[in-house]
Amino acid sequence: MDIHKLQEIVHKTRDARRKQTMPKLSTAERDELIKKYHPDFRENAYRPIKFGPNEGEKTVRELAALLEGDSPVPADLDLTPTHTCDVLVVGGGGAGCAAALHAHAQGASVLFATKLRLGDSNTVMAQGGIQISVAAEDSPVTHFLDTLKGGHMKNDHALLKVMVEEGPSVAQWLLDLGVLFDRDADGNLHVKKGGGSSKPRLLTCSDYTGLEIMRVLKDEVLNRKIRMLEFSAAVELLSDGQGRCTGAVLQDLDNKRFIVVAAKTVILATGGIGRLHIQGFPTSNHYGATGDGLTMAYRMGAKLMHIDTFQYHPSGAVYPEQLAGALVTEGIRSEGGHLVNAKGERFVNELDTRDVVSSSIIRECKEGRGIRTMAGRVGVWLDTPLLDAEQGPGTIEKHFPAMVMQYDRFGVDISKDPVLIYPTLHYQNGGVQIDTQGESGVKGLFVAGEASGGLHGRNRLMGNSLLDLMVYGKRSGLTAAARSKAEPQGKLTLDHLKRFREVARKHGASASVVSPMLFPAYAKKD
Amino acid sequence: MADIDKDNVVDQEEVLHPKMVTVEIAGKKHQVPEGITMLKALWYTGQEVIRGVGCLGGFCGACATYYRTKDDPKVKTCLACQTSVHDGMSFSMMPPFPARKATYDLAVLTDPKQDLFNLYPEAPLCRNCNACTEACPQKIDVREGVWRAVFGDFKAVSEMFMDCVMCGMCAPVCIADIAPSLVAVYASRAQGVHFTEKPSRLAHRIKEIEDGRFADEWNRVLAMNEQELTKACAELK
Ligand SMILES: Cc1cc2nc3c(=O)[nH]c(=O)nc-3n(C[C@H](O)[C@H](O)[C@H](O)COP(=O)(O)OP(=O)(O)OC[C@H]3O[C@@H](n4cnc5c(N)ncnc54)[C@H](O)[C@@H]3O)c2cc1C
Ligand code: SF4
Ligand code: SF4
Ligand code: FES
Repeated sequence: MDIHKLQEIVHKTRDARRKQTMPKLSTAERDELIKKYHPDFRENAYRPIKFGPNEGEKTVRELAALLEGDSPVPADLDLTPTHTCDVLVVGGGGAGCAAALHAHAQGASVLFATKLRLGDSNTVMAQGGIQISVAAEDSPVTHFLDTLKGGHMKNDHALLKVMVEEGPSVAQWLLDLGVLFDRDADGNLHVKKGGGSSKPRLLTCSDYTGLEIMRVLKDEVLNRKIRMLEFSAAVELLSDGQGRCTGAVLQDLDNKRFIVVAAKTVILATGGIGRLHIQGFPTSNHYGATGDGLTMAYRMGAKLMHIDTFQYHPSGAVYPEQLAGALVTEGIRSEGGHLVNAKGERFVNELDTRDVVSSSIIRECKEGRGIRTMAGRVGVWLDTPLLDAEQGPGTIEKHFPAMVMQYDRFGVDISKDPVLIYPTLHYQNGGVQIDTQGESGVKGLFVAGEASGGLHGRNRLMGNSLLDLMVYGKRSGLTAAARSKAEPQGKLTLDHLKRFREVARKHGASASVVSPMLFPAYAKKD
Repeated sequence: MADIDKDNVVDQEEVLHPKMVTVEIAGKKHQVPEGITMLKALWYTGQEVIRGVGCLGGFCGACATYYRTKDDPKVKTCLACQTSVHDGMSFSMMPPFPARKATYDLAVLTDPKQDLFNLYPEAPLCRNCNACTEACPQKIDVREGVWRAVFGDFKAVSEMFMDCVMCGMCAPVCIADIAPSLVAVYASRAQGVHFTEKPSRLAHRIKEIEDGRFADEWNRVLAMNEQELTKACAELK
């Protein structure tokens, strides 16, 4: 049927829905809903990891295969270093930039390597905002509790306390670098309410928060003349033979040559896993989100945490096909947008946590109340025109310019027509286990940002990731810089890789899977 | 995915009438399905793309591309991850352009509006040709932005360039060798650092944290066992 015909039910039911309030679910109801419909609970998508630090623990098949995968680096690689530095930062997103800037400011010699260009990352796409408790009625403690609740009480308390307490000073740091957060009329930072939060706490730069932060950090990295290697992917870490990390092997993607880096400390800020398309889900992530940091750290002996849970953002675009998987910002729901099924009914409190909202959308579609596209996708409506109806014409255009442009390119006017959405693979809730300085279980190996785990528990609250990046980017940068002053450069060996290969052989791991993956294999082969 | 009512299926032209079209990619003709994005067309033709792809969401500017539609002489610009292909289209990705970025320490600049002329002496030499505005895939009035920067209206620049994805397509066309997006980043950051009010409530919160204003609340919460914590969380409204 013509899409406009199908949309009629959304227009027709709008006024009735406006009067309705959707109750929040009780803890028991939430748990039941999630168990039944959330992709994290699809048993056959999981298997135990055969060996290594997380042996016997379950994760999704796509990730398990990579963790057990073989390194592209030959055992006899000549390890004479091409570059020497105090701190090697890997991954040019928000966490990497924060780490590099802070380490550099301490006088450390920093080498900054990234797979694509500086800034091509998930960070640049963040639209919803960054959670920082600045409002008078809010406090770091409330932020702590909200996050804990969102994370199903599984968050690492120490990591979380540090994050919420350092939030305000991070906001100050960003302001001092020139980030232009939205303001209230009195000059104070404007705060919005985000899904799963009890207080308004989201700082935003219209719907370009990630882009604005990234533009500024990138500019600052260039101003500081930090040594940069773009199109250079880390493919293996180096160790001193006694379990300490002493550098990394990069691969120059232009000529495929290996580059050996001797570093007193290494910070992995390689981001998430969306491009693994776990369970066949489309994703909102950038092209390089292939979990590289996880596989490298794992081979080196670092333990991973919560790697059996992933975040499926409730609103991934379903139609038009060109946008499939792309994120439709949560801001629409924060501002009051309804989720509506094919019968014109609301079915969840739109501001509940992401796992709850996603599960309920999956339920609606499973039970036949979804809308299908001919391309084989399914979804429910997000009532975008409601925002203009509630807050006056022009609201959408003023507050969501990025989203308006995104759809306008394909001839869809979201201020007039509701959009179809379905959960999209969005975020890796877990990652490499770290301490409050950002150091992993392997000495000298730091992990910051989405690649790290523990802080967000089993479900990250919206807006907490950008804060995580800034806080742990900073902490890892500062600690790595200090460590580099105190310690000499260790030996460069691939001993850990030799050991890993022996264990892998014993477990009959297939040498055909090579990791890190670096990029998804989209180019048609035949 | 069970029984969705047959009536609740969205028509999609490309699925109803699937069609292969001919497009010219970097000078070579290929057959690709109509309506897919340019980046997907590249993959469809078996090309690995590393330079020229980033976020895939229209935010990073890595996929800056020139294109022309059938029989139209006008060469336009777009983001390849956000543009679909049609019959007779020709397109090529933009190579990296060696624009000069000035380096500066914003915190120590004392007169940023004047300093602009030292950092980017080419900025006031704009000849008003408007090529930059026409080249911008984000529909920013780039030319106007350059003038605003030159006249010191950094606030306007920061607002106008909030959509800028740093694709750099405004630079190669400039006959005055200006890289407008770099001028804009400078002006926007300077606006933030030097000409924007300091939020007093934030300063107050930072002080509260330093002074240990939340210490009692922390002690209370951190001493809770799992059950008590769950209860405290459940009570949040
Ligand atoms: C569409 C979208 C919207 C979001 N919105 C929000 C939001 O509103 N608020 C919020 O708090 N969070 C949001 N998030 C989540 C948040 O943006 C990310 O979790 C966060 O930006 C991750 O930052 P990072 O620095 O850890 O990783 P990234 O920003 O992804 O950066 C990782 C970098 O590492 C590079 N890299 C990867 N592997 C290698 C390798 N082997 N060698 C070298 N370099 C490598 C990548 O190319 C990339 O540059 C959003 C995420 C997405 C995808
Ligand atoms: S202003 Fe220049 S760099 Fe920014 S989006 Fe437009 S063309 Fe691209
Ligand atoms: S292209 Fe250059 S000269 Fe022409 S209007 Fe833009 S900035 Fe001015
Ligand atoms: S790949 Fe980032 S804008 Fe197209």
